[in-house]
Amino acid sequence: MAKIIMKGNEAVAKAAIIAGCRYFFGYPITPQNEVPEYLSRELFAAGGTFVQAESEVAAINMVYGAGGSGARVMTSSSSPGIALKQEGIGYCVAGEVPCVIVSMMRGGPGLGTIQPSQSDYNQATRGGANGDYHIPVLAPGSVQEAVDDVKEAFEIADCYRTPVIVVADGLIGQMMEPVELENPVKTRDISPKEAWALGYGTREKQNSIENLVIDSPACEAKNIRFFKEKYSEIEENEVKYEEYMMDDAEYAFVAYGTTSRIVKNSVNELREKGYKIGLIKPRTLWPFPQVPFKNKNIKKFVVVEMSMGQMVIDVELAVGDRDKVTFYGRCGGIIPTPEECADYAEKVMGGAK
Amino acid sequence: MITDDKRVRIITGHYGSGKTEFAVNYSTMLVELSDRKVALADMDIVNVYFRSREVRDKITAAGIRMIDSSVNTSADLPAVPAEAFAPFEDKSYDYIIDLGGNDVGTNVLGRYKKFIRPEETDFFMVVNVFRPDTMNVEKILNVKEKLEYSSGLKVTGFVNNSNLVRETNAESVLFGDEILSEASRITGIPIKYTTYVEEVVLDMTPEIKANLSGEVIPMRYFMRETWM
Repeated sequence: MAKIIMKGNEAVAKAAIIAGCRYFFGYPITPQNEVPEYLSRELFAAGGTFVQAESEVAAINMVYGAGGSGARVMTSSSSPGIALKQEGIGYCVAGEVPCVIVSMMRGGPGLGTIQPSQSDYNQATRGGANGDYHIPVLAPGSVQEAVDDVKEAFEIADCYRTPVIVVADGLIGQMMEPVELENPVKTRDISPKEAWALGYGTREKQNSIENLVIDSPACEAKNIRFFKEKYSEIEENEVKYEEYMMDDAEYAFVAYGTTSRIVKNSVNELREKGYKIGLIKPRTLWPFPQVPFKNKNIKKFVVVEMSMGQMVIDVELAVGDRDKVTFYGRCGGIIPTPEECADYAEKVMGGAK
Repeated sequence: MITDDKRVRIITGHYGSGKTEFAVNYSTMLVELSDRKVALADMDIVNVYFRSREVRDKITAAGIRMIDSSVNTSADLPAVPAEAFAPFEDKSYDYIIDLGGNDVGTNVLGRYKKFIRPEETDFFMVVNVFRPDTMNVEKILNVKEKLEYSSGLKVTGFVNNSNLVRETNAESVLFGDEILSEASRITGIPIKYTTYVEEVVLDMTPEIKANLSGEVIPMRYFMRETWM
């Protein structure tokens, strides 16, 4: 199929339909409104169900029901809306309910601004739900990557029976770009629904989705199973990152989403001046890539985010040397320019070419 | 010539068709070519990002009177200032109105109904055939009818703004021309302009330009940063 021009939010919604998502429950919030707007129109036409719930809390609990019944289901929101969903997301983790949550970040904290930001890195990777858990977090940097990530998110969710978060800044949601909707994504073995999904069991062996674990030893065993089996397997199989101009690099920018595009221009600008600098772009934020940070040739890792520096700690942990990690960022809805990022990096490199 | 268009030019179209980029380019070209005063109103009450007010400084620097939200903020407030009335009545102005997308984007015009006189108004519909909702003749006509119904105005000219952003080539522009020409033939509405971004469409030639409908306008990006 030929490429078409889509707005990021529309493309996310269309990608969900292509991935077989037939249920969407959400509540409006800028800058992701085109996701529910599009699906309110198109999901019905695809034979699905769209519900504008009475709140984000209601929406995520509807997701719990549909996902627990084995359906491909999605919800989307932005920063404070995702904050509201946290309890329900934790329940989806505990009930091992596959579902996809799209988070289009805006400036915070609280109501904040409606302009783009990346200050919900911690919200996505650490979460605000209770208990020991991880959630796979995919971070697209273009409308095309958003389409691919949404499709892949459903695969990961169904393979490991886990919620998956696709996190992007509001700009990705609002931007118009050419996309190939039918791009193939890696399919995975789907956890057989007969074994767990509501309505797929037999009279003798009925399935149930459970959150409460009466016994402490049983609850501990469940946690251990999550970490020893599910999470370690995800860490082994699902890490994704990209590198740009890293072959001979002595310095590296680290950025995801929109900032990775901005910083790519900074790399080009600095390369023209003779600096050996490249870019490491994590495509998954959990599991966070480790391999590119073991590169011993790199003198400094320059993390750039549209936040006060939330990814920095993951980079420090991966590098294993805090002195090698430095940070530049803008937040509250301000988008840095390639020039200011390059200026900062130039100072870090101390004019050393 | 853009100087020959009617005094008031309202730019409409499906959302994502490129209205704002066209309106800003058109305004800056007009102020260069014309001795008359030029005003540009950002009446986009639909979008929250990529509105012409974001490049207010560049527009003002070009000598254009920029009229946008009375609430000077990036917040989601659909406010249009009283100042937007002025160029309707002050005939010393050429007035360009950049609407929000789709039929809902034209709702804002209701406020100005008695000031909009068809004899001095062009209603230009910008079309990008690479947008799913205007990718064929039937869909273009459907959008056109919705825009006319909601605005109470008749489209007086099409603008072929078919593009794939930085992946656009001359062939994409020609492909748009082919589809829009058929819509033009059916409706009798002329293709007034065909646009392309000079820094992107590197294979544009005088021969190809000669085959395109209407006046061919080379544009530059106002709304897109270099990394977008």
